[in-house]
Amino acid sequence: MVARDANGHTVRSFEEELNQLTNIIVRMGGLAEAQLAGAIQAIVRRDSDLAARMVAGDARIDEMEQEVHSFTVRLLALRQPLADDLRAIVGALKISAELERIGDYAANVAKRALVLNQNPPVKPVAGIPQMGRLVQEIVNDVLDAYVERDVEKAMAVWRRDEEVDELHTSLFRELVTYMMEDPRNITPSTHLMFIAKNIERIGDHATNIAETIHFLVEGKSLTQRRPKGRDATQYRPTQED
Amino acid sequence: MQTSPSAETPTEAPATAGFPLVSQGEGAKIAARDVNVFYGDKQALRNIALDIKANEVTSFIGPSGCGKSTFLRCLNRMNDIIDGCRVTGTINLDEEDIYHRRIDVVQLRARIGMVFQKPNPFPKSIYENVAYGPRIHGLARNKTDLDEIVHTSLERAGLLGEVKDRMDQPGTGLSGGQQQRLCIARAIAVNPEVILMDEPCSALDPIATAKIEELIDELRQNYTIVIVTHSMQQAARVSQRTAFFHLGNLVECNDTEQIFTNPQHKLTQGYITGRFG
Repeated sequence: MVARDANGHTVRSFEEELNQLTNIIVRMGGLAEAQLAGAIQAIVRRDSDLAARMVAGDARIDEMEQEVHSFTVRLLALRQPLADDLRAIVGALKISAELERIGDYAANVAKRALVLNQNPPVKPVAGIPQMGRLVQEIVNDVLDAYVERDVEKAMAVWRRDEEVDELHTSLFRELVTYMMEDPRNITPSTHLMFIAKNIERIGDHATNIAETIHFLVEGKSLTQRRPKGRDATQYRPTQED
Repeated sequence: MQTSPSAETPTEAPATAGFPLVSQGEGAKIAARDVNVFYGDKQALRNIALDIKANEVTSFIGPSGCGKSTFLRCLNRMNDIIDGCRVTGTINLDEEDIYHRRIDVVQLRARIGMVFQKPNPFPKSIYENVAYGPRIHGLARNKTDLDEIVHTSLERAGLLGEVKDRMDQPGTGLSGGQQQRLCIARAIAVNPEVILMDEPCSALDPIATAKIEELIDELRQNYTIVIVTHSMQQAARVSQRTAFFHLGNLVECNDTEQIFTNPQHKLTQGYITGRFG
């Protein structure tokens, strides 16, 4: 399943270890993706059981990150990898940290879903699944790019994060409006705002993974600056809002 | 210097094409151009073009039989003594052709010293091992001068502390690592400009190896060093530039950091990551 040089290592066990490392990352990524999907479903369906399972599920991702850590340290010490092998190992270490953060954000979304479900629903909840779907796609694509060592695909992900930023900003704006309409909306809207922020952050971590894939394949860091969408940090309500 | 008959001129394009080379003179202590080496009918090196910069450590890596040691031996004309070995092209030391008729090979080898794989001290005392070169090259006017040279050379080779009380003992009685440092002291006693090292640590234990590597790093201040090594880690640790040889071609020469993190050539990558096949 792993796209590597057709020309395998002379030491086959090393080749297997590198494949194993990639496989852990892919499984970890799959899990992070499922955590995010579950957390968003929990909001949409107001399913507290699902939310609770997602909160608990994060521990597994943390464990896998530890697994990647000790595995990479072992490979560095015992194999003294060079060139693309070295980059593959350092890259896996970095990506595992990004995935661990993605897991944390997904768990945070699920925690807030538990709170939201105790209050009557707020309208803009529809914007959340839309943003969630986009970010799930991005995470999915970046993991594909990792498995296939496909820089083009990784760069497409990297550029798409702009869309996430845009959605986040418009959701932010909408939620502020609801809060101004009725103070009873403030608590759920604030939770939704954090949820949106968490999803937006997941998108950022996916772009970090895309940058790591670029380094992994090309051997050099990406120097361009990422295109940025309208940023919620600049937002302040006006009379028209 | 003789030129190769056209029948033996290799048909392939030089493997060095497309890789950045410092143009001759720009900090290059040694500049090799179009170097071909033949052992009888067999061609061992093809169109090597390489610059070796002053006060840097350059390492040559590559699989056995790739020509790296052959090329190293070209640099101080050690191949002259091998029957049937023929070298074509130019190798300049400070812009002077070392294969020119007027070059005195003995003088040349004093300027470009060599340390071999197996420590090979003379069967003489430690003092005599180091004093031999300066004496035959007339570098010392009197006994005091000679003592001074022996002392300084042993000190630079990091051996003085260990041997100063037994200078009259045979050099062969030292440990392998000490013998190798004695050979380095012997090489630097004649005040060379370049030191060639042919796998200088392959017969040594890790501690002795570490001492030699530390020494190489210190010697770089005063000498230009070229080292052939089978240990990629050693090349990575001690050298600033690395050249990768394969089947008689120079495949890639670049900053060591670049070679070991992001080599530009597939063959280099295959070799250093161990997936040659």
